[in-house]
Amino acid sequence: MNTLALVPNVGAETPVLEGRGLTKSYWVKRNTGLLARRSRLHAVDDISVQLMAGAVTAVVGESGSGKTTVARLLARIVKPDTGDVLLDGQPVAAARSRKFAAQVQMVFQDPFASLNPVHRVRHHLARPLQIHHIADGDVDEAVLQLLHRVALDPPVNFADKFPYELSGGQRQRVAIARALAVRPRVLLADEPVSMLDVSIRLGVLNLLADLRDRERLAILYVTHDIASARYLADTIVVMYAGQLVEAAPSVSLTDSPAHPYTQLLLSAAPDPERRERPQLAARGAPPSLLAPPPGCRFHPRCPHVMEICKRMAPPTVTVSTGHAAACWLHVDSTNGVVDGVGVTPTTSPSPQREAEVQRPP
Amino acid sequence: MSIPGVSEMTSPGTPLAPGHAPDRSGDPVLEIRGLCVDYGFGDDAVHAVADCDLTLGRGRVLGLAGESGSGKSTLAMAAIRLLRSPGVITGGEVLFHPRPASDGEPATTMDLLAAGEEQLRAVRWSEIAIVLQSALNALNPVSTIGAQFDELLATHRPGLGRASRRDRAGDLLELVGMTPERLRSYPHEMSGGMRQRAMIAMALALDPQVMILDEPTTALDVVTQREILEELMGLRDRLGFAALFITHDLSLLVEFADDIAVMYAGRLMERAPAASLFRAPRLPYTYGLLHCFPPMHGERYRMEGIPGSPPDLRDLPPGCAFHPRCQWAMPQCRQDVPKLEPLAGSPREVACWLHRGKATAPPELKLPDPAVTRPRTAPVIDTSAERAV
Repeated sequence: MNTLALVPNVGAETPVLEGRGLTKSYWVKRNTGLLARRSRLHAVDDISVQLMAGAVTAVVGESGSGKTTVARLLARIVKPDTGDVLLDGQPVAAARSRKFAAQVQMVFQDPFASLNPVHRVRHHLARPLQIHHIADGDVDEAVLQLLHRVALDPPVNFADKFPYELSGGQRQRVAIARALAVRPRVLLADEPVSMLDVSIRLGVLNLLADLRDRERLAILYVTHDIASARYLADTIVVMYAGQLVEAAPSVSLTDSPAHPYTQLLLSAAPDPERRERPQLAARGAPPSLLAPPPGCRFHPRCPHVMEICKRMAPPTVTVSTGHAAACWLHVDSTNGVVDGVGVTPTTSPSPQREAEVQRPP
Repeated sequence: MSIPGVSEMTSPGTPLAPGHAPDRSGDPVLEIRGLCVDYGFGDDAVHAVADCDLTLGRGRVLGLAGESGSGKSTLAMAAIRLLRSPGVITGGEVLFHPRPASDGEPATTMDLLAAGEEQLRAVRWSEIAIVLQSALNALNPVSTIGAQFDELLATHRPGLGRASRRDRAGDLLELVGMTPERLRSYPHEMSGGMRQRAMIAMALALDPQVMILDEPTTALDVVTQREILEELMGLRDRLGFAALFITHDLSLLVEFADDIAVMYAGRLMERAPAASLFRAPRLPYTYGLLHCFPPMHGERYRMEGIPGSPPDLRDLPPGCAFHPRCQWAMPQCRQDVPKLEPLAGSPREVACWLHRGKATAPPELKLPDPAVTRPRTAPVIDTSAERAV
């Protein structure tokens, strides 16, 4: 098991929120009657992430890869089996305190479900202000300020509306405003635009970018859309089957992916600029998290699989500055020295690389 | 078996051979003319689809793009008479041209909107099949995949015996990259991608000429999505069916469709070959939509998308429904609804006042058409083994 943090070293700055070695498994019931038994589902396995002030970190992965669980672990909604959450470098108490909630807020995927349909926008924004004793003097004025911050202008028009009177994008802006009400320093956004129409997604992404730039918020952006992660995020981490497989500055990750799974994701993403149909780098589906494969969890699908991949979990390797991947391809097999030049710039492996790779039967 | 107005169906037991290669490729197989659909009656009626003309060519893939609520699914469902209440078809015709009979005698065109239940039964599934977005809802959860194939084949191919029905079902699953053992599985035992593959195999069971693909891969992960779309396009090349591919993801259509039609607020606004639409959009909405997908390469820069949000169909703005969000809106756009009309000297249509009369279109909407369309080659599909682990 690798215990290295798969996170680019951003410098001496202390991350606002950090997860260290977070692991979470769930017990699920399988079969019924005499065959019934409980099995352990490894949702998230030894994950470390750092959220820096004034930066967006994107978590990219397929459904079931554990990316939402990571957001919930960081928000302390879900308790980790092992691992710590640190706020400003200090471990956070196990219980989710109001003090913690005032620093770390979540934005959920579905703005149709995350707002209470019987309450006006004003109520949604006034409640956190009252609970956290912010703006005790003039709550109304603070509500209008919040609406203005998420570009719902003019605010007076929106404060008295019910959620059903708003469009999906406007609802998501209200949800973001609600998260901003307690003046948090961290925003955990779980697929904030995937339920929105294509033409209004950019507006919400730009709002998150503005909050990062203007107010130095640390933002976790959970998404399955690698193109939007590239657009918004400063750093992208890629998850596969509950583990981190690659982390890098976003342009570095999408332009020269080091892990075969990232290469697969990029080759599958829609890209109208492509001249010809891409060859998918691998096929198949992610493994069951009830019995993940030994060694590297991607090895059953990996086009470059080697013997060692089936036996041992890969170490985390720094392939270039700030760019880390958990893959044996980037480890020099003779002496374990990090192979710093092994980054494949395109989605296809170099001929040399291909030659040293053993094909599965 | 022979029903007036419908071509002779494929004889029972015909193997899925590439025998129906489109020799009349490009001829219309489904023509939608002036289709109007309302939800509700009278003054309160919402015009979900207004006066839409769309032609699907034999063996072609026509992409229908639009945001949620733009009426794209309603249009397709109404065209094949699967529209549910309170949807009401208030006008238009949908002409289905069956493939010519084997003796060369031209088959009679039928109007699906005027057809009776019996005629529709003969056409549905055998000639026009549909793949829906949610395979878990579309498949019967309490019977196996095999039983569902068996029921389908027993109903539509009464000449087939039990064993040949099973063989054929197995062949169909292999066609979409699954093993015949999966016939014993229940839908809940399969992954989302496999369910969608089973749906596609079922839709292909009677060798249809037209496939309606209503967001077939929206609920799937990107890798599975591409696998399935590659398979579908490979099957299209082998079997020669035409496909109406409905999705909100314009970037996907640019890669997979031959032609793309863009819908907005219940109206078709632009129709063009995929490459032309992508390289040189003529409609401000299409132009904006294309700038809503962040690029995967090159410099990162701030993109603005389209200001505002899609209109409420119950309260449409007068004139062109897009004018409140359009940066080039003119006084005329606020008064008159533009019709979808051909652009002079090109095989494309657009509904925009900027391209009419004395108006001068901005340079962004006057980019030259790409000279050659991208060659479309069928990817080599290995259907010998089930790929999903």
